[in-house]
Amino acid sequence: MFETLTDKLQRVFDGLASRGRLSEADVDVAMREVRLALLEADVNYKVVKDFVARVKERAIGAEVMKSLTPAQQVVKIVNEELIEVLGEPAKLDLSGPTPHVIMMVGLQGSGKTTTSAKLALTLRKSNQRPLLVAADTYRPAAIHQLEVLGKSLDIPVHSEGDKVPPPVICANAVKRARESAYTVVILDTAGRLQVNEEMMAELDEIKARTKPQEILLVADSMTGQQAVNVAQTFNDRLGVTGLILTKVDGDARGGAAISMREVTGVPIKYLGVGEKTDALEVFHPDRMASRILGMGDMLSLIERAQSTMDQEKSMSAAKRMMKGEFDLDDFMQQMQQVRKMGPLSQIMDMIPGFRGVTKDLSPDVTDTQMRRIEAIISSMTLDERRHPENMNASRKRRVARGSGTEVQDINELLSQFKQIKRMMKQMSDTGGKRRGKFPGFPGLMG
Amino acid sequence: MALRLFRRSTEEQQADEQRIHDSLEKTRGGMFGRLGNIFQANEITEQTWDELEETLIMGDVGIETTEVLVARVQQRVSKEGIKRPADAQAVLKQEMLAMLGGSDAMEIDEPRLLTVVLVVGVNGSGKTTSIAKLAKLYKDHGRKVVLAAADTFRAAAVHQLQIWGERVGVDVIAQGQGADPGAVVFDAIRACQETRKADLLIIDTAGRLHTKFNLMKELEKVRNVASRQVHKAPHETFLILDASTGQNALSQARHFKEAVKVTGVILTKLDGTAKGGIVFAIAQELGVPVRFVGTGERMTDIAPFDPKIFVDSLFA
Repeated sequence: MFETLTDKLQRVFDGLASRGRLSEADVDVAMREVRLALLEADVNYKVVKDFVARVKERAIGAEVMKSLTPAQQVVKIVNEELIEVLGEPAKLDLSGPTPHVIMMVGLQGSGKTTTSAKLALTLRKSNQRPLLVAADTYRPAAIHQLEVLGKSLDIPVHSEGDKVPPPVICANAVKRARESAYTVVILDTAGRLQVNEEMMAELDEIKARTKPQEILLVADSMTGQQAVNVAQTFNDRLGVTGLILTKVDGDARGGAAISMREVTGVPIKYLGVGEKTDALEVFHPDRMASRILGMGDMLSLIERAQSTMDQEKSMSAAKRMMKGEFDLDDFMQQMQQVRKMGPLSQIMDMIPGFRGVTKDLSPDVTDTQMRRIEAIISSMTLDERRHPENMNASRKRRVARGSGTEVQDINELLSQFKQIKRMMKQMSDTGGKRRGKFPGFPGLMG
Repeated sequence: MALRLFRRSTEEQQADEQRIHDSLEKTRGGMFGRLGNIFQANEITEQTWDELEETLIMGDVGIETTEVLVARVQQRVSKEGIKRPADAQAVLKQEMLAMLGGSDAMEIDEPRLLTVVLVVGVNGSGKTTSIAKLAKLYKDHGRKVVLAAADTFRAAAVHQLQIWGERVGVDVIAQGQGADPGAVVFDAIRACQETRKADLLIIDTAGRLHTKFNLMKELEKVRNVASRQVHKAPHETFLILDASTGQNALSQARHFKEAVKVTGVILTKLDGTAKGGIVFAIAQELGVPVRFVGTGERMTDIAPFDPKIFVDSLFA
């Protein structure tokens, strides 16, 4: 399945290794892999073209061709360029006189209403007094949805039903905010296609009447090639001030982020993760870059672990993983913890170098399979768990009896575990040598 | 042989054709638009293939499927000694069609006492709207339709379905937000069989990302509730897919298929510049056919998917 870009490049360069110095043609082969990786991640075709050209230029500019580890050099360049394109995380501009007006725009189903509520909560936490405005008079029950969300967060919602034109509702809301000392007004506008002239004109009018300080384009992280058109059209028309990527908690690689940043130059301000109203995250370009490259997202994994496991345990587990000191006992403990977070394959996907690997290890690690693995490990002595290499035929037979499985199940588990360990070792080897692969990670290791 | 209850008349077919054609109008202006142009050249050159690859990728067909498609066409072009670009275009069309598969009969159209249709998808894909459109379509064809509001999670989702139910003129069985979706389905099936005398039940489920383990389990449970009550139910499980979705759609389809045995895709929001090129990959890799396309915001903006019309439209 998915191989990481590093693996692919490694293979490309391995084939060339004997020849010593790299030629421009060799770099071209590598660039093809870079191109494929980005296209698989849904980065726009044209954006990829420019991007690859930039990477190639840098690659030829000596760095790679002289390097002993060209694959890693290329990945480094790609990673740096991605982070560059993704840009620094930017804050909302809430300077000047109140109330600040924030206008939320986007396609249908991108997550504007949920995001509006999340944003209101985020702002209230920083001591603002937000007012939510139900300006989606088209989708049935959209107003009701915002009202329910507002109620659950105890944040007031301004609504005038679905008979009043949205620009009027918005203007009234701003007036109300001024009179009642709300500091931020969040306009939840209806979803619309960027090609729908009438609906886009409505946004012009809302903008003209409310003078928003921020116009945030809410976009689904799963969007494909057309992310470029959407971002460009909304930006040309309204002057977007920030992007919010939603549904980032799925498994989309999120190449749309690159496309939209590249064509608009507008900063990404937040990420939407999860359906709970507290889940608006600050954007980290380095993490997004790893994700787009399919290099996993160790930091997010650790964060997620922290939220479900106890922190000390998860930290030490991550450390042990990185050091390659990982025994079956850790494996089982992790598995039990992990089961609370979701399927193993999904969790493993977040670990750099593991993305997709789990599928090869054991296709579809289902709940029942995990239970069986648990039974097997539970039937082993502590010493056997620490040193699985000591498992001989007789021990295997005993464990099989104890866990109600067959000896071949034990063998399978052991060989899988060996693979995992080997990969973890490889991972920590490369990770240790090269700072910058997991930005911010060295601190964790110390 | 089963008698088809729902057969499209010629006029309806023409109307469908027009609708898909119209909605793809913008698509044509956009990325897929070049599909036709590529073959306007005088001869087939290396550039032809590069442009073809580019156009397909820009249409979200995906790199892997694009390569398969281009390779197949190239192979046939050389084997059959094709020289004219127009002939190569015809081959491309044939290969695209072959990839999408035939449009055989749907379970939803088979006559039975009660047909249960489960509708699933990620958040914001357009489930509720598509259900309303389906309900309208089948109601207009003489079916007695009932909707089950099993999206008990999202704020106001039940209310949204109820509003649609009123507009379409079909009953909605609901228990309110926070209710157990399985219980809603149980009630809805009972109601269909006993009091409402309905022959088509469409179940609206909460949007969920396919990577959310527990939510996918919940969906399996909903499915099981239906299958215990009605023989072979759900007879049809539609995955709603936003046409603007990129390569992740494949992952969505794979996960939903594993969890609830998706029988078909409904491609929504085909009225943007999105083309839903990913359906080629979904058909090719997972064998899940597209069944309907949502082509606009009106209640009647839905059409049965016809691979030929779809492919033709991409070239027109």
